[in-house]
Amino acid sequence: MLTSQKPPRWIKAEREGIHLPTIDWWIDPSRPATNALVTHGHADHARGGHGQVWATGATRDIIALRYGTPTGGRDLDYNEPLDIGDSITATFVPAGHVLGSAQILLERQGERIIVTGDYKRRPDPTCLPFQPTPCDILITEATFALPIFTHPPIEREIARLLAARAANPDRCILIGAYALGKAQRVIAELRLAGYHETIWLHGAMVAVCELYERHGVELGPLALMSEATREALKGQIIACPPSSLNSTWARRLPDPINAMASGWMRVRQRAVQRNVELPLIISDHCDWNELTGTILELSPEETWITHGREDALLHWCALHQMRARALDLVGREEDDTG
Amino acid sequence: MDRFARLLTDLIYTRSRNSKLALLADYLRTVPAPDRGWALAGLTGELNFPSVKAGIVRDLIKERVDPILFSLSRDFVGDTAETVSLLWPAPPGAVTPPPTVSEAVSALSAATRATAKPIVAGLLDRLDEDGRFALLKLATGALRIGVSARLAKTAFAQAFSVPLDDVEEIWHALRPPYTDLFAWATGAAAKPDITSLPVFRPFMLANPLEDAVLDLADYAAEWKWDGIRIQLVHAGGETRLFSRGGEDITASFPDVARAFAHEGVLDGELLVRGAAQGGEAGGAASFNALQQRLGRKVVSASMQAAYPAFVRLYDMLFDRGEDLRRLPWSDRRVRLESVVAGLDPGAFDISALIEAGDFDELADLRAAARETDIEGVMLKRRDSPYEAGRKAGLWYKWKREPLTADCVMMYAQRGSGKRSSFYSDYTFGCWTAPEAEGGVLLPVGKAYSGFSDEELRWLDGFVRKHTVNRFGPVREVEKSLVFEVAFDAVNPSTRHKSGIAMRFPRISRIRRDKPAAEADEIGTLRRMIVASAAG
Repeated sequence: MLTSQKPPRWIKAEREGIHLPTIDWWIDPSRPATNALVTHGHADHARGGHGQVWATGATRDIIALRYGTPTGGRDLDYNEPLDIGDSITATFVPAGHVLGSAQILLERQGERIIVTGDYKRRPDPTCLPFQPTPCDILITEATFALPIFTHPPIEREIARLLAARAANPDRCILIGAYALGKAQRVIAELRLAGYHETIWLHGAMVAVCELYERHGVELGPLALMSEATREALKGQIIACPPSSLNSTWARRLPDPINAMASGWMRVRQRAVQRNVELPLIISDHCDWNELTGTILELSPEETWITHGREDALLHWCALHQMRARALDLVGREEDDTG
Repeated sequence: MDRFARLLTDLIYTRSRNSKLALLADYLRTVPAPDRGWALAGLTGELNFPSVKAGIVRDLIKERVDPILFSLSRDFVGDTAETVSLLWPAPPGAVTPPPTVSEAVSALSAATRATAKPIVAGLLDRLDEDGRFALLKLATGALRIGVSARLAKTAFAQAFSVPLDDVEEIWHALRPPYTDLFAWATGAAAKPDITSLPVFRPFMLANPLEDAVLDLADYAAEWKWDGIRIQLVHAGGETRLFSRGGEDITASFPDVARAFAHEGVLDGELLVRGAAQGGEAGGAASFNALQQRLGRKVVSASMQAAYPAFVRLYDMLFDRGEDLRRLPWSDRRVRLESVVAGLDPGAFDISALIEAGDFDELADLRAAARETDIEGVMLKRRDSPYEAGRKAGLWYKWKREPLTADCVMMYAQRGSGKRSSFYSDYTFGCWTAPEAEGGVLLPVGKAYSGFSDEELRWLDGFVRKHTVNRFGPVREVEKSLVFEVAFDAVNPSTRHKSGIAMRFPRISRIRRDKPAAEADEIGTLRRMIVASAAG
């Protein structure tokens, strides 16, 4: 437990990330750092240019794919404590967000701090489930921290996708899904729902899908969209990054139904703004009930809230007489990873 | 309600006009009466439940969800109906079947101020998310889902293969759930006869002239008066005044209504006597004066005396039961002149034609018109029939150049609907004195148009990066960005600390090059108030 009412001096939230000042280590720094602990491979958490990169094997593979192999650091197993100096231990714990994603448990002289990174509580066939870990300070994400965000079961959204496909044999379904994590989860869920046909990919998705398969996530038959004729793509499912919906690349497709898999699709106008015809509410983050439920479950002495709608979660903590404060981290505005 | 809710959801996610028409037409053809009639009323904005106000819906949700969490959610979503539909908690116990559209409409119509809350809550409890969204949109008025009344009528015409012009013509004589309309469209009855009814006919509208040069042999020119366009109808012994949107405003102008008893339909500009527009000879006060009389349900005698209203007539659609709309404008003008001669000159005059030898001379007259506070010039093709809507090539408006001022962005708010999440409404200010001499910025106006989508994204980013303070949904920004703001006029105002109000302000340019200290002073704007407009 915490040794005093004040937050411990060995951890500090800076605009550039969570800092451990006594040893100058950083968690998910947005600027190059000598020693970086990285929760997961999304670009707003994992940047290039660090000296030593400490992360799970899958996360380090993702970083290598995007920025080149890190110069130092090593792959860490889940639940393997790492001594990082000044009596501080860092342990990576599954976060259930994407392949390789982790919460980081920091311990020093009996004080326990969890940095969740991004996380979710729903089952995901592409990664290990979130592991609730008791802590004194919980540093939580807040991407969907408004009570309007309650994600429906993914089976319902996959069923809507398959129904739209069945009802439009002359069109194709183009799913905008973030290339790391969301795309593979949607593909894996389609397979679980019994869809075994080829799923066509935008070129930008191929390398990450191959990486997932190397890590043992089965995605079934995949092929590059550019290798198919327009005629052959009728009635087919194609996945692309959200930025490629409505792009010149999509013009080759037979009258695509624009779908998008994201928690933001819960709000009608967000879908309309992106010209989405089939909004799929599929998120790799907690919804409101899961965020607040996790805080209640872990009931930390203090909750620190990072990127997202921190004002609503702060207010909720106050209503529940729980100590909380908002951190002001850079570069974490609303984005496509939702 | 399920079918209607699905229709709204499908319409929201459908971009193409033809697909929207197909969805609407399919609904109107396949859903039984009277639900389809009530739905059509909702889509065309003809439903009104006076006891059901947006405030009631906000009260209801605040009894169920923490008010701050609601307001943060509302700010994020940008639409109250959608926010409430997402937040409404499912009631405990057995699920009652959802209401039909007709059932919902009759429950809402029966609501009083005392019963509105339980009635709305009872309906919401029986619906799912999409159903709640549809119900709240219906209950609180404007749907704002990208379907205009015109599009809904077009879909109706397509669904039953009837002419759209016929639908528009009889529309204003019919009431929801439009039993007569559906009976005619489905061939079960004859077209409703409306000739002896005092109903609104669709207006003919003008297009902006842009850079065209017209031959005055083909086009007649009139001044563009700055009042409100109205239609004056006398039929079946009754007189009605309708505004541009077909709203009945007779009650606000009993003096005008009393003075008109010629059987027919006239088109004109409602004005107040004064000397601002066109000087003494023009005889009309500024729009500001007319505003004193707008939106009143009861108008006192002293109000009528202080702001005497009159109509400056432009055109005539019907004369003693005869439909003149297919005649050329020049013939209608002759008929109008003869009718005006017999009307009370205190309440009616005719919009004079401008004598100009050629287009260049007209341009000079228009340029000089700012001195007399006239809004611009209208050009009407001499052989044009009176066509509903904005047909190309027939009527043009040629507004005077707008005024402009350089102002500094002070506050920003998120937009609604299509612009929800974007900071798209900007309050801007001008200096009380040069900044170096201790001057401060005071707000002079608010604008939310005039920029492209790309500029909007940039402005949204600017607001997020330069926020210095938050007041609920309003962000105060660093006072560094200059807008060139265009507006039609400056009026004195007691509502604003700066003492002025702009008419139709819009952003004409974003002046990233200009330092905020070089923006205009309030005194500069004050000097733009036309002296006589004060009266």
